Amino acid sequence: MTKPLLQVEGLKKYFPTHSGLLGKQSGYVKAVDDVSFYVNEGETLGIVGESGCGKSTTGRMLMRLLEPTEGKVTFDGKELTNISNSEMRKARREIQMVFQDPYASLNPRHTVEKILMEPLIVHNIGDAKSRKKKVYDFLEIVGLSSYHAKRYPHQFSGGQRQRIGIARALMTNPKLIIADEPVSALDVSIQAQVLNLMQDLQKELKLTYIFIAHDLGVVRHISDRVGVMYLGKMAELATSESLYAEPLHPYTKALLSAVPVPDPEFKREQIILEGDIPSPSNPPTGCTFHTRCPFKMDVCTTVVPKLEEVKTGHFVACHLYKEAVQH
Amino acid sequence: MQNRQVILEVKDLQTSFFTDDGVIPSVDYVDFHVKEGEILGIVGESGCGKSVTSLSIMGLVPSPPGKITNGQILFKGKDLTKFSEKEMRGVRGNDVAMIFQEPMTSLNPLFTIGNQLIEAITLHKKDWSKKQAKARAIEMLKLVGLPRAEELMRDYPHQLSGGMRQRVMIAMALVCDPKVLIADEPTTALDVTIQAQILKLMRDLNERLNTAVILITHDLGVVAETCERVVVMYAGKVVEEGSVETIFNNPQHPYTKGLIASVPDMRFKKQRLYSIPGNVPKPGTIKEGCRFAARCESVFGRCTLESPPLYEISEGHKTRCFLYDEKEVGVHDKTAATS
Repeated sequence: MTKPLLQVEGLKKYFPTHSGLLGKQSGYVKAVDDVSFYVNEGETLGIVGESGCGKSTTGRMLMRLLEPTEGKVTFDGKELTNISNSEMRKARREIQMVFQDPYASLNPRHTVEKILMEPLIVHNIGDAKSRKKKVYDFLEIVGLSSYHAKRYPHQFSGGQRQRIGIARALMTNPKLIIADEPVSALDVSIQAQVLNLMQDLQKELKLTYIFIAHDLGVVRHISDRVGVMYLGKMAELATSESLYAEPLHPYTKALLSAVPVPDPEFKREQIILEGDIPSPSNPPTGCTFHTRCPFKMDVCTTVVPKLEEVKTGHFVACHLYKEAVQH
Repeated sequence: MQNRQVILEVKDLQTSFFTDDGVIPSVDYVDFHVKEGEILGIVGESGCGKSVTSLSIMGLVPSPPGKITNGQILFKGKDLTKFSEKEMRGVRGNDVAMIFQEPMTSLNPLFTIGNQLIEAITLHKKDWSKKQAKARAIEMLKLVGLPRAEELMRDYPHQLSGGMRQRVMIAMALVCDPKVLIADEPTTALDVTIQAQILKLMRDLNERLNTAVILITHDLGVVAETCERVVVMYAGKVVEEGSVETIFNNPQHPYTKGLIASVPDMRFKKQRLYSIPGNVPKPGTIKEGCRFAARCESVFGRCTLESPPLYEISEGHKTRCFLYDEKEVGVHDKTAATS
């Protein structure tokens, strides 16, 4: 049986805001507000949401690139949120990250060989000779060639750079890869190449992915389960079949219906949401979605809905499904 | 609907950039037209020349290094490439208007929305009073679905969200009733739910005002939902042109086929995505033959030697591929049999 590789409980990140001449603290931006989920070994969990929903902040907190304000992250039976920074550095050998912008995340002054070797040096893996061999091996694995090792990042195209970013993440043989918008900067034809590569690597190296993206088509393609975030909270979390076939949360419904489908004959009832996403520094009371929700009830403006299981494996945070909650 | 006049026609357009590495034709003999009240999509990946095409129409190609080196851009029969800068200023906004991807960089952060809208109006309508211009500005803000238009006139761009800014840009573009609106990736910087609002607005306005729209995008979903006709560009050339139904249901160029197959569809899960091998070529690197030859699965001898012309395979459906040259039918059958 699969067991959770990563368990996240009540994760929060509040950024203090300052105002006035003396910069007195005036409040918080609740970027991530009480988020819980788990990731099973070997699966891909997709996290989707629009800008400012906290999906990237969540990803960074899992690696403690940002310190969580509150909450617990357990990886492979070990709690990451109460260990020292030096212990955390060691733990990062097992959790690696792939970033969105392959232009900004590779040092332009280093050769590809140096970029890929760095994680091995940091984690003290192997000697000079074996490190070099590993660099060449992984270049081949991600679809580049060993002669690319002596080149600099600017000599590569966007897709190739993202392959280097993926190779770097794989150098330490991690178990979990957190990929934050890894294909959003790429052209459609290149995006498909990188997605296929990530799927192949997952099978070959038995990787677990957390795939953070805003493109719902891409997320469906790669994920086993998907979580939808809105204003720092998890609105819905289910298997990707269940979520896309039968979305429950009004926000998920609207989000899915807003995605343009590449088929001119596809007709559907589009739900067009009114207004904009509220500011996370001053989120609405109760359910944060109530200001744009077509099914708003009185209770929504005052009580925060909990993320609860309404069908097997299908979690939703919405008052509409109170009766269906499984106990 | 049938007898709509062609309002803008681009003929053999070549726009080149004179760089240290030589002359690079970013747009290379491009032909297409837009009819009155039509929504035409131009789709392609980065570096295909779709944005340079639109800048050429507007006379906004940065010069130097860029220059229109060949061809005509006919607006109602008049060739815009022959116009002086002063004459072009009369065209921009009045006849052809444009909106861009990032509305924040298109608005001046130091002036209020009202200020900028009124400026746009008074520049073109010299005989209007300030009061008339203000009334028109408020009317336009209401037209694009912005609430509390009067108050908004006093707001600065940073006080608005991305979606609202793009609405303001659309209002500004439409303020003098242009016949053609060029929208260059108008929703790329916006969230999905906001993108749906803006696309709906553009469709509504197109219907109500009968403004022709050239929608430039890389997103095939946006094209399928918004456009009537589509032009597919690759490496500076038009590779396929047809109605939106033809392009999506019966694509003929191997690039168009590959592009459509590489998009993950949210409605169902494919085991594996099709992917076009190789990379998008840098502009100007392919000098001979079909520009897609190096990545094409159906490539044959002739492709690397000659540049294919646009073949019309049915009415209004054109494709730039030797597979449709009647002389090469034998080859076509052979590749079809082996694949």
